[in-house]
Amino acid sequence: MDKIILSAKGINKSFHDPVTIPILKDINFDITKGDFVSIIGKSGCGKSTLLYILSTMDTDYEGKLIIDNEAMLGLKEADLARVRNEKIGFVFQFHYLLNEFSVLRNVMLPGLKLGKYSEQEVEHRALEKLKILGINDEALKKPNQLSGGQKQRVAIARAMINDPLIIMGDEPTGNLDKKNSVIVFDIFKELAHSYQQTLLIVTHDQEFAASTDRIIEMEDGRIISDHAKVRA
Amino acid sequence: MNIKLIADIAKSLLIARWKQTLVAAVGVTFSITMFITLLSFMSGLNEMLDSLILNRSPHIKLFNEIKASKVQPIDLAKEYKGSHHFIRSIKPGAVRLELHNVRSIINTLKNDPAVLGLAPKITTQVFYNVGAIDLTGVINGIDVEAENKLFKFNDYVTVGNYMDLKNIPNSIILGKAAADKMLAKIGDVIQVTSPNGERTPLKVVGLFQSGLVDLDKVNSYASLSTAQKLLGKPNTYITDINIKLKDINRAPALAKSYGVLFNVDAEDIQTTNSQFETGSSVRTTISYAVGITLLIVAGFGIYNILNMMIYEKMDSIAILKATGFSGSDVKRVFVGIALSIGIFGGLAGLLFGFLMSAGIDQIPFNTASLPTIKTYPINYNPKFYMIGGVFSIITTYLAGLFPARKASKIDPVVIIRGK
Repeated sequence: MDKIILSAKGINKSFHDPVTIPILKDINFDITKGDFVSIIGKSGCGKSTLLYILSTMDTDYEGKLIIDNEAMLGLKEADLARVRNEKIGFVFQFHYLLNEFSVLRNVMLPGLKLGKYSEQEVEHRALEKLKILGINDEALKKPNQLSGGQKQRVAIARAMINDPLIIMGDEPTGNLDKKNSVIVFDIFKELAHSYQQTLLIVTHDQEFAASTDRIIEMEDGRIISDHAKVRA
Repeated sequence: MNIKLIADIAKSLLIARWKQTLVAAVGVTFSITMFITLLSFMSGLNEMLDSLILNRSPHIKLFNEIKASKVQPIDLAKEYKGSHHFIRSIKPGAVRLELHNVRSIINTLKNDPAVLGLAPKITTQVFYNVGAIDLTGVINGIDVEAENKLFKFNDYVTVGNYMDLKNIPNSIILGKAAADKMLAKIGDVIQVTSPNGERTPLKVVGLFQSGLVDLDKVNSYASLSTAQKLLGKPNTYITDINIKLKDINRAPALAKSYGVLFNVDAEDIQTTNSQFETGSSVRTTISYAVGITLLIVAGFGIYNILNMMIYEKMDSIAILKATGFSGSDVKRVFVGIALSIGIFGGLAGLLFGFLMSAGIDQIPFNTASLPTIKTYPINYNPKFYMIGGVFSIITTYLAGLFPARKASKIDPVVIIRGK
């Protein structure tokens, strides 16, 4: 049995304005190290809301969230920020790169914040990640000089810089054309299979989901199916 | 490491918006410049106006006032001892104007550690005889050297050499306005009639200008011995002793104790010139108020620019928070931006303020009443620079704090999901 790195126990969330509407109802699941999980479901089923709770950015929920044997409920904002910095990498639909910094610097920022390695080492590691993603030639450019697909790859490199326990993606291919989607998806697959990187991707792209190892399907705030494929 | 990283992020945001930042910094620079210039100029003027009187006024003046005796004959009568009398129309008695025991008073004062120096003086009414006309005047018999040392006598002697007063017997330095009236020039001999009716010829060796024309119309200076001769008095005849103290603030207390000790009337500078302090402090308060208002206005400028920057940089703030920067890190970034605007703007302001006051210092300012002042007076007090510097940092910090707190509270989920 592999190590459980993320565990959701009885998570409920409701919006209270103007009337109480339940968004998530009794969500329970575990993610073990090396899982390549996708969460699918129709628009409005609560999958993104769930992801933001799991990411620790949304703290307005009931239930238990345990990341790396540490309960998240009740932690202070600064502690949650540390958990995100150290253990979670993010890839969003939009790349959110800082145009004031070079590509390399963008990738380095979370690493510098963590402060585990010296600046030279962080730089070296950032270049390695960019190399894995095949964009090390663009390292010194500004993000606004890159194409959409390249930007998203830089965002993936940024998510990887601190060797996180888990990388979470919110529709990471949602803004990309077919060709770039395939590239990004292949990158995720390679990360999962070659580097044993745990991935949790929210998507509405059935094709994308079909090629992940485990699919969690949601509807109306509930998990309606959760099945793992046997790896070929 | 963390501080360096935050400074680095702040710097990048600053450079990315350098035009706005520059405008904000110029606001601070301008206000600090004006603050420094205003205070330097205003307090320079204050000092000049005060010194017009204060430099030449003794801190304590010992003299005998003409007044009614405190002890009336009836008080000495045994049968009315302890009673109160209601005698009206008491007249002042014949008071000797000279100070008793002048030598011992002078010796005591010279050995007093609180006393910086003293200048004995004789003041007497005279008539200047100009042809058929007699002009009233006052001759001050002074110890020339002491008077110069303590009260900067030489600064006000505009024509002639003040030391001639001591070296040439029977000489006089006339007030400029009085000399003009008498049509007297240096080297002329004028006739002076003393209160006891004796007429004495005195040689004009100089003219002085005090800055107060009314004073110059009547006053003139002679040496102590000339004044004594004029009055036909011995060389122990001294009517006033002017004292300068090391600490002007002790004047009221010391005046009281000297008055009792030497049995004379003693007047301190605070009592005689209270209006000057009031004027100075009001002018200084107004300068500070204007300067601080300018700074607060600059603070609002910084507040606006940071607010705009935060709206523009919502995405960046959201991603920084998503990738592990805490709210307080984000706050530090924006406070850092505000503080660097404040520090650089403030430093430039201090420099420009100094240059501007140095410039004003060069502007000619000639007025007949102020012979020693050639250019506008400026006070280069380091205190103003310190206050300016500290205030620029405090206002920019406060101006940055509120937008920074707002930035630190941005919820990344709202921004990221809103896309």
